[in-house]
Amino acid sequence: MSTTTTEQTAVRYDKDADGIVTLTLDDPHQSANTMNALYTSSMKAVVDRIEDELAADASSVTGVVIASAKKTFFAGGDLKGMVTATPDDAASVFAMAEGVKEPLRRLEKLPVPVVSAINGAALGGGFEICLATNHRIVVDDDKIALGLPESSLGLLPGGGGVTRIVRLLGLQAGLMEVLLTGTQFKPAQAEEKGLVDELVATREELLPAAKAWIKAHPEATTNPWDAPGYKMPGGNPKGPALAGFLPAFPALLRKQTKGAVYPAARAILSAAVEGAMRDFDTASRIESRYLVKLITEQGSKNMIQAFFFDLQAIKSGSMRPQGIEPFKATKVGVLGAGMMGAGIAYSCARAGMEVVLKDVSDENAAKGKAYSEGLLDKAISRGKSTEEKKAELLGRITATGDAAALAGCDLVIEAVFEDPSLKAKVFAEVAPYVNDDALLCSNTSTLPITELAEGVDRPKDFIGLHFFSPVDKMPLVEIIRGAETSDEALAKAYDVVQQIRKTPIVVNDSRGFYTSRVIGFFVNEGLAMLAEGAHPISLERAATQAGYPVGTLQLTDELNMELMAKIEKATREAAERDGTPYAIHPGTAVVQRMLELERPSRLKGKGFYEYADGKRQGLWAGLAEEFPVAEEQIPFEDMKERMLFAEALETAKCFEEGVITSAAAANIGSIMGIGFPPMTGGAAQYMTGYQAADGEIGLAAFVKRADQLAERYGDRFAPTAHLRSMAEKGESFPA
Amino acid sequence: MAEAFVYDHIRTPRGKGKAAGSLHEVKPVDLVVGLLDELKVRNPGLDPHRVDDVVLGVVTPVGEQGGDIAKTAALKAGYPDTVAGVQLNRFCASGLEAVNQAAGRIRGGMEDLILAGGVESMSNAPMGSDGGAWAQDPATALATGFVPQGIGADLIATIEGWSREDVDAFAAESNHRAAKAWANGYFTDSVVPVKDINGLTVLDHDELIRPDTSVEGLAGLRPSFAQMGRDAGFDDVALEKYHWVEKIDHVHHAGNSSGIVDGAALMAIGTEQVGVDLGLTPRARIVSMAVSGADPTIMLTGPAPAARKALAKAGLEVGDIDLFEINEAFAAVAMRFMRDMGITDEITNVNGGAIAMGHPLGATGAMILGTLIDELARRDQRRGLATLCVGGGMGIATIVELV
Repeated sequence: MSTTTTEQTAVRYDKDADGIVTLTLDDPHQSANTMNALYTSSMKAVVDRIEDELAADASSVTGVVIASAKKTFFAGGDLKGMVTATPDDAASVFAMAEGVKEPLRRLEKLPVPVVSAINGAALGGGFEICLATNHRIVVDDDKIALGLPESSLGLLPGGGGVTRIVRLLGLQAGLMEVLLTGTQFKPAQAEEKGLVDELVATREELLPAAKAWIKAHPEATTNPWDAPGYKMPGGNPKGPALAGFLPAFPALLRKQTKGAVYPAARAILSAAVEGAMRDFDTASRIESRYLVKLITEQGSKNMIQAFFFDLQAIKSGSMRPQGIEPFKATKVGVLGAGMMGAGIAYSCARAGMEVVLKDVSDENAAKGKAYSEGLLDKAISRGKSTEEKKAELLGRITATGDAAALAGCDLVIEAVFEDPSLKAKVFAEVAPYVNDDALLCSNTSTLPITELAEGVDRPKDFIGLHFFSPVDKMPLVEIIRGAETSDEALAKAYDVVQQIRKTPIVVNDSRGFYTSRVIGFFVNEGLAMLAEGAHPISLERAATQAGYPVGTLQLTDELNMELMAKIEKATREAAERDGTPYAIHPGTAVVQRMLELERPSRLKGKGFYEYADGKRQGLWAGLAEEFPVAEEQIPFEDMKERMLFAEALETAKCFEEGVITSAAAANIGSIMGIGFPPMTGGAAQYMTGYQAADGEIGLAAFVKRADQLAERYGDRFAPTAHLRSMAEKGESFPA
Repeated sequence: MAEAFVYDHIRTPRGKGKAAGSLHEVKPVDLVVGLLDELKVRNPGLDPHRVDDVVLGVVTPVGEQGGDIAKTAALKAGYPDTVAGVQLNRFCASGLEAVNQAAGRIRGGMEDLILAGGVESMSNAPMGSDGGAWAQDPATALATGFVPQGIGADLIATIEGWSREDVDAFAAESNHRAAKAWANGYFTDSVVPVKDINGLTVLDHDELIRPDTSVEGLAGLRPSFAQMGRDAGFDDVALEKYHWVEKIDHVHHAGNSSGIVDGAALMAIGTEQVGVDLGLTPRARIVSMAVSGADPTIMLTGPAPAARKALAKAGLEVGDIDLFEINEAFAAVAMRFMRDMGITDEITNVNGGAIAMGHPLGATGAMILGTLIDELARRDQRRGLATLCVGGGMGIATIVELV
């Protein structure tokens, strides 16, 4: 017997002859299921119905299976609805959160077994539905991701996720391995962690396995935390063993984030601990309250913008010219087997391309290939790869000094030194061998692409690809479109970057492009503050507490001041040549002085820091004499914001000059490429989502604060007329 | 306004606060009962019916120490049913807080005679075992920058540039002074031996003192807070706020920090009239008292602001004080207090302190005030100030004057 409601529903009800009800998640309006209003009312209705049926006849329902009709099991929360909520909406958001959880709690407490049959990705809210069932079965497909990634969006798993994970795994494991990290698990990993109970090989086996389990376990109707005598794994925080460790939890969180405030992590920790000391339903309500706080405040909006909407837009090709056939590179010639070339070769081979890694000699090229071998050996030792996979990947890389080996290449990526004539030379060398329409890419971090294009015979096929070091780890590639680069070349480059599983942003040609230009302002602002007498240790901590991965002095040592001086000189000369205004940044003098003192870099073992055997020691003892610490220090908050504003204001100028045309590119580019603090949502979102000390939010508040900084620290903080007018008109940057 | 006078003060000896310590076998209630009994013996005129209240500081009021131990002890000691009892907690200042609250009530004219002091059996009720939101609740700890006190003590030493040798020298001197004071019998009048149910003596001296302590000997001790500072993230929390400090130099250890001990103290505080009525001679007058606070993360710099506040209330200057007692929670705390106030160790902790004799949390404040009164009397001097650093960044101070 099968029945279905005629009303529109996102949760279909079907009952089989054995009395097993299958609830199929299937939103009629979307390709993926989300926790929207229709889902909530539908889930409530089906749980009502099952309860009613059981009340009328206890044997009428023998079990419940939750399944999905979509490719993914369930996508999660309704983020579009969340980003508009403000603190004034707290009551309705709280009601919404409680409304989502209420039917799941009743489902969990049904007197029959409830099983989730997970056919695809179940992340966030989707996995929280599964956690409310008695048994979780998942298809053993590595493409299926399971977990609670809310923290990476500035949220907490507020659909019962915190409450149930803590009870399932214990406070410590739950926090450290699932909730705070937001880890996404493959099915086998999830089973190992105890997050799911059973794997099946194919999707076809899923529903039968779920029903079979119900028939075999008619008594399995109670989750552990609802069973009498339940003891929390690892102990309850009220017990002396765990209580002794509690004070370290928040301290370690602060240590891990280097003092940067991630409100979601703090809320998750708080909700988990407070909830663990109370009964399930109270814990669940506490969880909702912390969720509401996160949803209604600005921080989550910033992170959702960058890590959900912007990333999604980039993945779906928002900056790729439309109407051009998808391109898949089959054979790539990588020119130059140094650090960058070696990393690019590895990334291409990993994506399945045939790679010719070319350098001046076979020997040099082989050194570059050895880099891949080293990475794979490390992966094997960590159990993340195998000898077979290693042999296969290395088999795809040909290391050679012979240009003729590039015959048949449909892609060339040049990664030699930053010298225009050398770059032209290596392209000329391989031009006779590669395909006539091969995409020609130059990896450069600062050289104008349009000028480099003059050195090749096919400028329309020529494009800049700015990889970040180390290439195998860094997720971003900045695509630089030269004046003559064709739409087709850009589309191909976009596809290539995605083919090697990296995230592309597209920028127009200009000195330093987007990322290198902007990071220079971060570094220079730090150096300017040093010159003004900022305490160097405070300076470094201001950066990390603002959310940067490292401080400006450490970064300057790593970037190498000899190189910085060269870039500054080239930029200044170009400006003089073009007759454009050029303001010498106060940070420049610090670089000059450090070069005079022969303390240029980490590479040379001497910089702002001391180095021994390549390892950073303390700050250079002579620093205080060279840059005396001022008696009166500027406010610490100003120290942090001067760095953030320096980068944000330069980002605004990049928009104004057309170097960058997309907020998504600025946000993702700044976060993934140059360490702009993730909780800000990126350099564009930082401006439009800026929250002033007095609580005002938006570009106008940003402009006001910039004016204040300009008054205190110099005209370079004054917003341009264009940015001012945007703020006045309430505009934001193009998406 | 009425004046508050100290009519008597007694304390137990301090036993090592561990299973092997002499007072571990003695229940905290009995430490107090012993003192309540002795007070009557020493002061035959002290009619227990005139006692309005017993106010006791207890910092870890759980288990045997829980449940308003002040009233419990008064009952067990056979005091009349009309004698009330209350337990209070101002962390390490609890013993002095009990005295101050009693004095305040006396001066306010509400009551005539209050027994105030404190008790802490640290071997039986371990420090911190009562939990509390500040350390245990993540949301609270995150909002307030909680770190354990030892991290704050090490941070003080780091900021002041005091080396391990500096703090160890202070610790050695504390032991030498305490040993000398005991040898000369300076404490004898006020220390009441703890006896068992048969009247046999369990302990009659402070058993923690190491008279032969030397800087060289202390050098071998491992820093107590280095590992937790590093592995539990507390150094990072402190340095978030003290962002100009490169790293914390962990100089404190078991030998230059206050000892964990068991003990109790009691003072009789009353009006002038009650002394006349009962034929008791006042030992000292409570001149002024204050609590204050400073940054809670470094936590232990509160004594100077509290002392200045108490001085201001009394219309006195630092120079008007003949002797100071600062609780030696950690060597750097006492050193910092002397530096803040511009005073020397010539007039500070002249008979040693908690590094040598121990710090029974709830009782110490009353103990050091008693020590101060005895020493002023011995030296025939006039005014003294006792102060303690307190959890949460607080500080407390009491000024007494001999009469």
